Amino acid sequence: MHSIDTKDNKRLDLNFDGRYKIDVSKVDTGVLWRISEMAFQNRWRMAVAITATLLAGIFQIFVPQFLGQAVDEAQGLLGAAGEVASRASAEEALLTTALLLIGASTLRGFCTMMQNYQGEAVGQIIGYDLRMAYYRQLQRLSLSWHDKVHSGDLMTRGILDIEGVRLWVDTGILRFILLMTLLTGGAITLLQIDVVLGLLSLSFAPIVGLTASIARLKLRDTWLALQEELSSLTKVMEENLGGIRVVRAFASQAFELVRYDVISARALAMSHRRIALFVKSTTSMTFVYFCSMGLVLWVGGEKAMDGEITLGQLAECLAFMTILQMPVRQIGWMINSIARASTCGGRLFNVLDLEPSIADAPDAKPLEITEGVVRFENVDFAYPAVARDHRTLTGINLEIRPGKTVGIVGPPGSGKSTIAQLIARYYDITSGRITIDGQDVRDVTLESLRHEVSIVQQQPFLFTASVDHNVAYGDPWAGRSGIERSAAAAQLHNYIKKLPTGYGTLVGERGVSLSGGQRQRLSIARGVLVDSTVLIFDDSTAAVDAATEQRIRGAIQEIVKERAVVIIAHRLSSLMHADEIVFLDDGQIVERGSHDELLALGGRYRALYDLQSSDDAEEGA
Amino acid sequence: MTDTSDKPAPLAVVGSQISYDEELFGKVFDRWVIARFWEYMKPYKRRILLAVAGVLVFTFTQLAIPLVIRWAIDDAVANGPDARALLHSAVIVFFGIITMNYIANQVQESIVGRLAGHLLFDLRRAMYAHLQVVSLSFMDRTEVGRLMSRLQGDVYALQEFLESSIFAIGDLVLLLGIVVVLLSLDVRLGALTLSVVPILLIVRIVWLPLARKAFLRARETNSSANAALAENVHGIRAVQELGREDVNFDLFHEKAADNLDAHLAASKFTNIMIPIVDTLTGLAMAIVVVVGGGLVLDSTLDIGVMVAFLFYVQRFFDPIRSLTIQYSIMQRAMAAGHRIFEVMDVTVDIQDKPGAVDLDGSDGSVEFDHVTFGYVKDQPVLKDVSFRVENGETVAVVGPTGSGKTSAMALAHRFYDIWDGTIRVGGHDVRDVTQNSLGKHVAMVLQEPFLFTGTVFENIRYNKEGATRHDVIGAAKAVGAHDFIVDLPDGYDTELDQGAATLSLGQRQLLSFARALVADARILILDEATANVDSYTELKIQQALARLLEGRTAMVIAHRLATIRGADRIIVLQDGVVIETGNHNELMKLGGLYSRLYKMNYASFDDIPEEEIARLTKADGET
Repeated sequence: MHSIDTKDNKRLDLNFDGRYKIDVSKVDTGVLWRISEMAFQNRWRMAVAITATLLAGIFQIFVPQFLGQAVDEAQGLLGAAGEVASRASAEEALLTTALLLIGASTLRGFCTMMQNYQGEAVGQIIGYDLRMAYYRQLQRLSLSWHDKVHSGDLMTRGILDIEGVRLWVDTGILRFILLMTLLTGGAITLLQIDVVLGLLSLSFAPIVGLTASIARLKLRDTWLALQEELSSLTKVMEENLGGIRVVRAFASQAFELVRYDVISARALAMSHRRIALFVKSTTSMTFVYFCSMGLVLWVGGEKAMDGEITLGQLAECLAFMTILQMPVRQIGWMINSIARASTCGGRLFNVLDLEPSIADAPDAKPLEITEGVVRFENVDFAYPAVARDHRTLTGINLEIRPGKTVGIVGPPGSGKSTIAQLIARYYDITSGRITIDGQDVRDVTLESLRHEVSIVQQQPFLFTASVDHNVAYGDPWAGRSGIERSAAAAQLHNYIKKLPTGYGTLVGERGVSLSGGQRQRLSIARGVLVDSTVLIFDDSTAAVDAATEQRIRGAIQEIVKERAVVIIAHRLSSLMHADEIVFLDDGQIVERGSHDELLALGGRYRALYDLQSSDDAEEGA
Repeated sequence: MTDTSDKPAPLAVVGSQISYDEELFGKVFDRWVIARFWEYMKPYKRRILLAVAGVLVFTFTQLAIPLVIRWAIDDAVANGPDARALLHSAVIVFFGIITMNYIANQVQESIVGRLAGHLLFDLRRAMYAHLQVVSLSFMDRTEVGRLMSRLQGDVYALQEFLESSIFAIGDLVLLLGIVVVLLSLDVRLGALTLSVVPILLIVRIVWLPLARKAFLRARETNSSANAALAENVHGIRAVQELGREDVNFDLFHEKAADNLDAHLAASKFTNIMIPIVDTLTGLAMAIVVVVGGGLVLDSTLDIGVMVAFLFYVQRFFDPIRSLTIQYSIMQRAMAAGHRIFEVMDVTVDIQDKPGAVDLDGSDGSVEFDHVTFGYVKDQPVLKDVSFRVENGETVAVVGPTGSGKTSAMALAHRFYDIWDGTIRVGGHDVRDVTQNSLGKHVAMVLQEPFLFTGTVFENIRYNKEGATRHDVIGAAKAVGAHDFIVDLPDGYDTELDQGAATLSLGQRQLLSFARALVADARILILDEATANVDSYTELKIQQALARLLEGRTAMVIAHRLATIRGADRIIVLQDGVVIETGNHNELMKLGGLYSRLYKMNYASFDDIPEEEIARLTKADGET
């Protein structure tokens, strides 16, 4: 695997707005150059491919020479027909030419095969490298970035854009070399035959080149616009199908179709524009080429009549031009693929070049757990301005010891979840320190940190896989007994057992659908299975009823007894047993203590308690 | 990357575990698919004819060019300076032909390109529109990703088919033309030259099944790698939070490497044909040179004919190659067409009756009259259910998971048609009214709020395009969402991406309430979220709910005790049967399932373990 270099001017993922803009005035050599660099990292393959391309070109040039030769040989004897000796020698000459033709064709075939195969191989390898780099990059980029970027857009980049880049390497680079070889080789031979004729044969080249380069830029812009429209169309369709119940519930099919039609019409118009541009440039290139051929026929015909060149030489010129017909037609496809590659490559590098806002420090060490104590020391935090989040934390001091439980409660937006996110370093704090066993979370590797801190989410993502795979997501080596133990602790084992295929039952989009509470319990099973030092329940029992929650708490006690536990909840019954409870308001700890202490204090916690137990009292009535 | 060599294999996969056994190649010519496809091509009949004409003219000029050259060489150049006038006319004809070639080329390329574009968009539009009305039970059992691959991949396959088949006509004509021209120029030489063609055909026949296997594997490994990528995109939160990066990366690596391998193998098959074709071309040229040259020596063949032969032979194999590619394209298109039209043929079982009336919206009553319904034959989910909700009444529907609550609510909106009985909304059988008016009459708030990409404003207004900004803000204020909305960076114009991941669940809930309020329907069906939100938001939601229900008929699948107690009436469902009805106090007095469940202090009836229910039901039977 080859690394994809990151360019110097770092862009943090937080500043990403999802769109790829090109500077229309600028030629996009940067992107193409980078793709070529990647291609040339496969040194020997490229060497073989280029050699094969050159040879294929040269052999192809030989073919018209031999043909011309054959014509001359056949015709040269016309005058002297009847002379037996010369006839025999002529036949011998023809035979030799025929063998040479077969040889040149076969060799050309083999070279073209090598050229195509190695070209495609390099393209595939680049596609593979890009795919791996892209996959890794998505894993590295921060969650706040992922929250902003549409998944459909990420898929388009990961599939269509990589394809666009790959195809160009496949076909673009080597075809260009082949075309150049044919032109140069042809120029040399033809100019040797006759300067005027040679120049005429090649007269189409500059015009075609100019047309191609103008068309390329226009096509590139069209491709970009088309790609964006198609991306929006995908988004609209995906959302509509995913939210089909909402659509039906509001009887808004007509509305949805209009929405679709608007974007679809724009995409179609753009697609037409692309086709028009493409057709205009390719057909006129072919026309210019044929015009050159006509001139060769005319001038060459005159010259042959005047005896300045032989008939064979004229045939050779024309045969040579025939060889160029395919490549000239392909110039159109070539510029199309260059245009596509530069937009696709741009869109890809745009993501690949992002620097995750949270990354390992240069000298980061793995986190070493001695005791397992998490400490917040005078922590201040504000979300980066672009993160669209105004919540802050101020002056947080907190200690979470192994075997102890800290409960965090407070109104929405008070910063409860932020504390959880900070322990696992999903954001960096503004001032102060968060340490685990004395090591600042910013000085240890993210991998080791996140291994030791596990967060049980409120809305877990279920993978389209069996239940056991889903439970073991954080620790795939846990083994059946571990999985069952966690599931049992999360009060899910009995339910799973009753499913037709037990732990092998498929869940996720098309699998068995689980209720909100069951999903959360699966998430809890996932969380406790991981052998982490710190376990955070971030509102993860919201959909689990109080009685089940109590049973879960009792059951996981044994599993988590050595760990530091943080419970973030709004239902006081979820956290009243905690060793320390902090009440958070507007990013500050306003009250702290045990449940009894806080009740005695008669402050905010007490008020909340009264509010919630008045519900209960009423319920009991 | 972690080294996993010393560890046992992890219990881990990436990508969906569902495997699709989809046919990649179908029959070459599937009459049914072609007939269906023709419906979409019909509107463009004239353009298709024009395109075919363009293709034919283009092919004709392609064929003619070497003939003109032959003419120029044989009849003019070979005869020396005397034939200069003839050369000039040949050149003029040549230019005439290439101008025709240019025009025909433009016509064929642009018409075919645009036509294919139109067809692609038409087909996709038709399928998309069909998916808007197709029965929900179909949508329930079909993955979105699967439908998307129909809407994109399969439709492209048909587009490619159309594009290539028009050009294939040209190839076919070119091939025949070349054969005719060669034979008419010289029968002996023509027949001899053409003798290499059967060799190519035999090679192709042996090659095709082998190559196809390789292509198939490349395709399969590709979609498997893409599925893994999709999972990495959608499940990224779980991946990062559970530290699965390295394990997943290794698994993805395997898939990507496998795909690379498959592509390289497929590429070998594609490219092995090149030297074979080239050698055969060389062979054909050699035949022309030796035999043709000999004939020229015997003066039985014009030199120009030999030159023309050499031209044609070089061009001969291109159409053969395109035609064999076309063969595969056709097979792929037939398989794709099958899948597309299969979706389009999924019956729309819920349709407006002829003469269906519009609900006028004055009566907000809902009545279930001996309703029986299920999704699977012989497995009814609702059994002979009858109840009536009066205009303006709020009814809470409660019951354990699987009791049929959600199905009952969906029926009031006629998401499905019932097996037996009648459902009346506003006094009309739901099957006798237009779906559109029913949709406007009955609004629905789903348990999980679903927001679309777009601004907050657009999300609240949704399809009520007549609603003004004032209405939207009013609704947001009424449900208590206004305060947090104005705090967003662009207030009501803030773009919500990715299912509004940046908003909290409670906030999304409030937005979906506001949307329902703007819709302003007479009847509201609400599937209350099971998840508890914090007491503050809870309070807000309860207030919003009260505001939302004001003056409306409401059926609420209730989970919160406050909501249940606040209802005018409670309907308790179990196993598809209404077992109790009445208000809270009445039901408590009755001492049935409701009171037992209630006394157990569960926050939601949905999450009660089955054992408990079984125990309670048993107790019920005994009393």
